[in-house]
Amino acid sequence: MPETFVFYAFSAVAIGASTLVIGQRNPMYSVLLLIVSFGALSGLYIQLDAPFVAVAQIIIYAGAIMVLFLFVVMLLNAPREDAAEWDRAHPFRQPGLGRFGALLATLLVVQLAWALMKMNALDAPVASRADAARVGSVVEMGRVLFSRHTFAFEATSVLILVAMVGAVVLARREGGER
Amino acid sequence: MIPLGHYLVVSAVLFAIGAAGVFLRRNLITILLSIEIMLNAVNLSFVAFGRYAGDLDGQIITFFVMTVAAAEAAVGLALVIALFRQRESLNPDAFTSLKW
Repeated sequence: MPETFVFYAFSAVAIGASTLVIGQRNPMYSVLLLIVSFGALSGLYIQLDAPFVAVAQIIIYAGAIMVLFLFVVMLLNAPREDAAEWDRAHPFRQPGLGRFGALLATLLVVQLAWALMKMNALDAPVASRADAARVGSVVEMGRVLFSRHTFAFEATSVLILVAMVGAVVLARREGGER
Repeated sequence: MIPLGHYLVVSAVLFAIGAAGVFLRRNLITILLSIEIMLNAVNLSFVAFGRYAGDLDGQIITFFVMTVAAAEAAVGLALVIALFRQRESLNPDAFTSLKW
């Protein structure tokens, strides 16, 4: 069944690339691998009949946000992590607290798995409905976005303005030249 | 057809990877990348639930999450640049004092 194969291939790429993002010491490779992961996720969105989200994922995430990250990594000359010296001094690396942190992490995973087990709609097919044309329609989506979610949309513009001003203020050099 | 649970498992695994990254890595840029991974995991479950319910709200909230992610990246990276200027380091343990 090609559909299942495509799903597992995209999921494997997304999870594998994300794991490597965490496993890298070089932030440059991390950013590039995260772009791979986002590309795989956009494949999953296409399978879920959300073509517009898939395209926005590529254009906004891979095209804009990740390029911003890449730009900063290059600007700061990408210092590698110097793990050894800090790890010895870090309080979470002490035996008692380290064990406590591991306990909390295990608890989170158990909780997540338990919540997934308890769901009763797990085996319901997600994409076999007849309304694929309506859910995937960009026209319908624009109509809902600008009618039912108008306020959230307008609030978003204020958020972006605040973020823009904040970034300019924060990245400005302190005192001195002007 | 792929069951809803499969998408949720992928989303949960991605979220766990992102959370692990935030706690394990000692590099401010990698920590921001891990936050992006977590936001994307949540986006995937939103779209999967929206498709399961058969309406468009799941896809629309994904746009708002993307916008918040863009704003967070802009402000976060500006902070990283400002911090790097102060200490010449990206290690979060270098920034433990409140004032210098």
